[in-house]
Amino acid sequence: MCLAIPGKLVEKDGDKGVVDYDGAKVEVRLELVDAEVGDYVIVHTGFAIEKLSEEDALESIKLWKEILELDK
Amino acid sequence: MSAGAINDPNFIKKLSGKAHELSRGFDEIKLMHVCGTHEHSIVESGLRSLLPENVSLVSGPGCPVCITPKEDIERMIHLAEKGMTITTFGDMVNIPTDSGSLADARAKGADVRIVYGVSNALALAAKGKEVAHFGIGFETTVPTSSVALRSGQDNFSILSVHRTIPEAMEFLLESDIKVDGFIDPGHVSSIIGVDVYRPLSKRYKVPQVVAGFEPGDLMLSVTMLLEQLHEGRSEVENEYARAVREQGNQKAMAMIDETFEHYDAKWRALPTIPGSGLRIREEYAEMDTLKRHEDLLEDFEYIPREEESGCRCADILLGNCSPDECPLYGGVCTPDSPVGPCMVSIEGTCNIAYKFGQ
Repeated sequence: MCLAIPGKLVEKDGDKGVVDYDGAKVEVRLELVDAEVGDYVIVHTGFAIEKLSEEDALESIKLWKEILELDK
Repeated sequence: MSAGAINDPNFIKKLSGKAHELSRGFDEIKLMHVCGTHEHSIVESGLRSLLPENVSLVSGPGCPVCITPKEDIERMIHLAEKGMTITTFGDMVNIPTDSGSLADARAKGADVRIVYGVSNALALAAKGKEVAHFGIGFETTVPTSSVALRSGQDNFSILSVHRTIPEAMEFLLESDIKVDGFIDPGHVSSIIGVDVYRPLSKRYKVPQVVAGFEPGDLMLSVTMLLEQLHEGRSEVENEYARAVREQGNQKAMAMIDETFEHYDAKWRALPTIPGSGLRIREEYAEMDTLKRHEDLLEDFEYIPREEESGCRCADILLGNCSPDECPLYGGVCTPDSPVGPCMVSIEGTCNIAYKFGQ
């Protein structure tokens, strides 16, 4: 099962870190990403697998909101 | 990007309207996703009720527990009975085989442990237990196995039944199953990227959209697929750009390539799919359960039998049938007393349908 919610990396010690899910703190392994404290990451079975990019995210949503507005 | 923005009800409502408009004039459109978490989100949110009548959204072989061959589960049961410590993800212990399940072996005294991730298995091995980890799952889980292999941990090995998604999609497109568009899996794509799907769109003229897991992500992805069909395009678009890069996670991909190699592999209820399996490379043979414990496996014998009579799991994994079309669903077969793997796993299509009362 994939966990869709991103968590914020709040501690990092080598390949180990702690991710904060809005108060719930979970240990995470960092071998698969180059993440720093403050980054939002996607975690799968205890491993951070990707960093989140808010910029990219907003782009496609914004574009579609515009398309739908134009259609009105 | 908060879930709030993408799940804005007005946005989803407008997308649904747009989807109806774009699908007008088509006969039947069949869209397929290949991810258990997508199915969960679609059913939980009731998304199918917002789709145009001529658009069906079906679930493909996206549940890793469901497609793990019985032979491999029986092999793990054999090792458990010989005194090995077996670690695996939660659902797997309850999957029925002709030799019972891993949970049955545990009830008889075998050391079978449920772990959240491979790190827990490594920690167990570090305490001196001889651990064989059941390495199941698609590309999202594979690199975590790679990290474990590269760690060189003593007393530890992996039985790899890892499988890869693009090869399964190609198998479906080569078969007589009609798929008009694919919703590509979110976190598998975080690892493998977007570009890897392009040869499929080119060769089979099938549109694809990589999708996130929120209901709004999925509604947007369906609308993007319908727009492609409406305009006669067959491209690969990325709706889940917040977590999926064009080339994927290259660090993870390099680790997979270093530790695993592709081979033609069997999927439960499906035939052998060319290049769809990942086996551990020779350089890591010491940590490959099949080689490390060759002596214990010498007397293991697998007798293939027909799948349980009446169970339509194979058709469900191919998107040919919905749970309520199976004669066993909800009667003989429930999550408390499952007949096929699709009812056992929390990522199984039947389990999800049953949970949400469909």
